[in-house]
Amino acid sequence: MDSQHQSNAGTERAAELAPFGGRNANIPYPCGPEANPDRKIVDSVEEAVRRVGLKDGMTVSFHHAFREGDKTINMVVGVLARMGFKDLTLAASSLLSANAPLIEHIKNGVIRRIYTSGMRGKLGDAISNGLMDTPVTFHSHGGRPALIERGELQIDVAFLGVSACDPFGNANGVSGRSWCGALGYAMVDAQFARNVVMLTEEVVPYPNAPASIRQDQVDWIVQVDEVGDPAKISVGAARATTNPRELLIARLSAEVMEHAGYFEDGFSMQTGTGGSATATTRFLEDRMRSKGIAAAWALGGQTGSMVDLHKKGLIGTLLDTQSFDAVAARSLAESPRHSEISAHVYANPLAKGAVVDRLDMVILSALEIDLDFNVNVLTGSDGVVRGAIGGHADTAARAKLAIVVAPLLRTRIPTVVEKVTTRVTPGETIGVLVTDHGIAVNPRRPDVADRLKAAGLPVVPIEDLHRRAIAISGQPQPLRFLDRVVGHVRYRDGTLIDTVRQVAP
Amino acid sequence: MTLRRSMLFVPGSSAAMLSTAFIFKPDSVMFDLEDAVSLREKDAARLLVYRTLKMPLYDGIERVVRINPLSSPFGHDDLQAAVRGGADVIRLPKTNTADEVHELEAAVAEVERDCGREVGSTRLMAAIESASGVVNATSIATASPRIVGIALAGFDYVMDMQTTRGDGTELFYARCAVLHAARAAEIDAFDVVFPDLNDEEGFMKEVELIKRLGFNGKSLINPRQIELLHNAYAPTQEDVDYARRVVAAAEQAEADGLGVISLNGKMVDAPVVENAKRVLNRAAASGLRK
Repeated sequence: MDSQHQSNAGTERAAELAPFGGRNANIPYPCGPEANPDRKIVDSVEEAVRRVGLKDGMTVSFHHAFREGDKTINMVVGVLARMGFKDLTLAASSLLSANAPLIEHIKNGVIRRIYTSGMRGKLGDAISNGLMDTPVTFHSHGGRPALIERGELQIDVAFLGVSACDPFGNANGVSGRSWCGALGYAMVDAQFARNVVMLTEEVVPYPNAPASIRQDQVDWIVQVDEVGDPAKISVGAARATTNPRELLIARLSAEVMEHAGYFEDGFSMQTGTGGSATATTRFLEDRMRSKGIAAAWALGGQTGSMVDLHKKGLIGTLLDTQSFDAVAARSLAESPRHSEISAHVYANPLAKGAVVDRLDMVILSALEIDLDFNVNVLTGSDGVVRGAIGGHADTAARAKLAIVVAPLLRTRIPTVVEKVTTRVTPGETIGVLVTDHGIAVNPRRPDVADRLKAAGLPVVPIEDLHRRAIAISGQPQPLRFLDRVVGHVRYRDGTLIDTVRQVAP
Repeated sequence: MTLRRSMLFVPGSSAAMLSTAFIFKPDSVMFDLEDAVSLREKDAARLLVYRTLKMPLYDGIERVVRINPLSSPFGHDDLQAAVRGGADVIRLPKTNTADEVHELEAAVAEVERDCGREVGSTRLMAAIESASGVVNATSIATASPRIVGIALAGFDYVMDMQTTRGDGTELFYARCAVLHAARAAEIDAFDVVFPDLNDEEGFMKEVELIKRLGFNGKSLINPRQIELLHNAYAPTQEDVDYARRVVAAAEQAEADGLGVISLNGKMVDAPVVENAKRVLNRAAASGLRK
């Protein structure tokens, strides 16, 4: 009876299935002699926009690997404005001074909402002065893929600028003429966006390998004159600083890293890209050599100084979401142990495993840090948005030790304050503050304080540093804000950690 | 042991540098009212330096003020600000004769009396910047009990000598003369500024030379040079180990009632023991070379 029954069931099921109707009957793209190998390539951005069916109110996304040299965001939004689109949500992994032309498109209603890690220059100024009706959402690099995964941020079309891709869209940041290096932010958008439009300076022969962005993710390809200027990715980041104050801070941070309890063979670190951070890397080299140890891996935006240690065998593997200079980009292309990772893999708190989860030590910057070790990297001393969250909150949250380095004063503006203007990274995740006037350890980390004191480092209460700053600068006038909120600061888990208010005129 | 290895020049007109230079921990800091300050900024600089002297941030660092020559329109005003502000040392530029020191000494004493500062508490330092200054170095060094040191200033000196800065040959006589004057007067001696900030190797070569000659230290124009200089002056672990053995041998000889000290079968002279003690003192004050 059973065999009889099964046979009937099979017959019924077969009747439900569509019958074979030729090799091209049931797939979106024809194959065989009539297949067009260049079918993804369209003539213009406008054509790609029409093909993906962009509509008013949808969400468009961009990556910021070219930083100040980016040519893609302004160009595409300009096209969308000319095509008459309105009420779009702009989700860029970050925005910089170069994106000031967006101000006009916001005024004209083309862009209604913004998701970004940060902004600078005239755009930040305009936002802080109340340009937008809807507050900007500021997120971390790990928080962005989390917002996408939770469904709050749904990318309808990702416009991804690359130096070169093949006719099927396989792209990386190390082919063509305008190398940006790692495409860690673009990889997130390629993974999650409903439609991906690739903007490329060159179309190279198939297959373009390795593929950071893969052909199965790309819908359309448009060849454009330029997507970005790599020379402006990070003006001066790879320079060896000669600033004595930066060198002093760098030497202290290297000593903190050495003595905090995690400087063992096989440790991991992220050191950042500023003058002090780059110099810290240099001082670390001596300490690693004299102790006879090496780092297993280093994470982050990579720079020439990290590549230098990598080449010398002092860092085993470089994990790279964003290459900050040509040396890092070159290394990504050439070193088998210099690996590109997406921002999702880098820091998403919802990922099944993010690299930050395994990080030992991270060096971070600060515009302000307060007596409870909360850090502001977003708004300046005038309350205006002039920075970006980046991976700050992500790495601080997960590293075994987060070390903030900053001068005690910038000209006459104190960095150590009673309460930060904008809380971006919670104090509970910060371990140590290194300034040119001494080191403060978070009272939550008595273990670290003991080790640093035992090593003879100048550890003082953070209140002392604050008092000293005020003694030098005087008590600053409190900033004046209006009640209106112009920005939501979202912690990496999506919760609201602070708001940015409109500055008083 | 008072170390005077580094004297960091800080322009008196730079509020930014005045408010931060102490973080680099030089042994002495010299707030300059003279050559580093343009004519139009003389008054502002004097006020800034006065305010800086009043702040507690330079605790533990000797505070020197270089005033304009007393013969200039600014010298006496500078002195008022420096002495009343509490400067540890007044540095007199372009000192050619002992009389100039006497004149300064009298002027300082007058300001001290006027402002209620203990007479004699302000120390002096003379900068020697000319051939006549070098020739008169001994009388300058012994001109006042307030004098704690003399410093050779290279730029004006080589100009006066009708030569230019080179490999150090041009400074050889002046260095020796100034150093001998200082040692005869039992005061400290400072060597010239090394001008090329990016020539670390050249700087270290010069430091080795002046250390070997016997200078206490050097005038510096960039904080980056401080650590290099301090480290070069710090005794090595081997220096300290040897000094400890010498001192132990001396103590043993004394305990044994022997007049002759011997270490590893070799006789050790009294000056060697003195030097060993100095090395240990210096190690305690400065730490070991890295």
